[in-house]
Amino acid sequence: MNDMMLDARSDMLECAPRWHYPAAPTAARVKPYERHGVTVDPSHQDWTVQLLRVRDHHDKQAFAALFRHFAPRIKAFLMKSGTPAALAEDCAQDVMATVWQKAALFDPARASVATWVFTIARNRRIDLARRVRPEPEDLPWGPAPEPDQTDALILQQETTRLGAAIADLPEKQRNLIERAYFADLSHSEIAEETGLPLGTIKSRIRLALDRLRQNMTESPQK
Amino acid sequence: MTIRHHLSDSLLMAYAAGSLPEAFALVVATHVSMCDDCRARLAAHEAVGGAMIAATDCADMADDALEVCLARLTAPPAPRPRPVARHGIIPSPLQSYLGGSLESVKWRPIGMGVRQAILKTQGGARARLLYIPAGQAVPDHGHRGTELTLVLQGAFRDETDRFGPGDVEIATQDLHHTPVAEAGADCICLAATDAPLRFGGLLPRLAQPFLRI
Repeated sequence: MNDMMLDARSDMLECAPRWHYPAAPTAARVKPYERHGVTVDPSHQDWTVQLLRVRDHHDKQAFAALFRHFAPRIKAFLMKSGTPAALAEDCAQDVMATVWQKAALFDPARASVATWVFTIARNRRIDLARRVRPEPEDLPWGPAPEPDQTDALILQQETTRLGAAIADLPEKQRNLIERAYFADLSHSEIAEETGLPLGTIKSRIRLALDRLRQNMTESPQK
Repeated sequence: MTIRHHLSDSLLMAYAAGSLPEAFALVVATHVSMCDDCRARLAAHEAVGGAMIAATDCADMADDALEVCLARLTAPPAPRPRPVARHGIIPSPLQSYLGGSLESVKWRPIGMGVRQAILKTQGGARARLLYIPAGQAVPDHGHRGTELTLVLQGAFRDETDRFGPGDVEIATQDLHHTPVAEAGADCICLAATDAPLRFGGLLPRLAQPFLRI
């Protein structure tokens, strides 16, 4: 435990530039995948592996790697949404603690780690503003214990592509989307056509939902 | 159930970003509970938020931040909670607003057999449950802002189309309509507005302040 903490601290202050990631514990490090003709950004793949280690093995080293990468970004996200630095730090802590507590809900076929972390940070921001946001009904089934690797891989790949597409948007358009996510734009201020290529991600997630529903009807969960 | 009328991208993005007022968020959460297609679209909009987190610059955390956080993890991750079971036609996000089920709703008549129940929400929009007897019309009205109407049971028609279970109508200022419940089952809808409606008839207009619609 102590060794791990020292290791964790050593590179915590050095915050990596975008898409770069701190070294993950060797045991869990994976090579960039190539499977079914799909290449996946190793950083995305790594975070999925780490979070699955937290989910399935309660692995604190994997958690520490996730913390080093995501906590500074969550803090920055909250500060961009208008949260003062000290409060944003506390909330980043809360969000990461929630990542640990709720790891059982993570389904790599339906969200990348960054997306899942975003939803937790968003909910924390809503709590801070003392607002209420009803959540959709849970699906009557959990994440598949052995999800189809291909589903998860393709979703990671599409998430990487989406990030690149956002970075490539004309500045004015990108600013508007950032404002929608960082600074309460009302829905009528958000354009109906954002120019974001969301069709593929949506279809992938839809497929994963259909597959889960099919599994459920074939073998109902106790 | 075939859903033909879905949520708009701007509503899904605002809900994904967490900026919708509670009453609208309730309609979105309830529709998404009934519609796998919008559940997948919502997840795609959340992926945009994920891309924002992934690409954002970093803010320095305190030196002992990780130790502090690790010290909080005294228990293993919680097992997945059992999903809340659906009571009849009411998806779980709506249940707590009704006090559990449709039977516990305190309906108030608003004329011509139509009944409503205002749901307690905060923020700049108002949500209510509408009960329209089969074959009955709701007084013709226009909109100052946006009105979302989600059908939970039965169906209604207006000048634009037919709306059945799970369908959501998004009415903006351009739409002046007279929804009529179809013959057959009574129609129950969840409706949210961010500005008072604009009634065509004198009587509903006079009654409006008392009905809070």
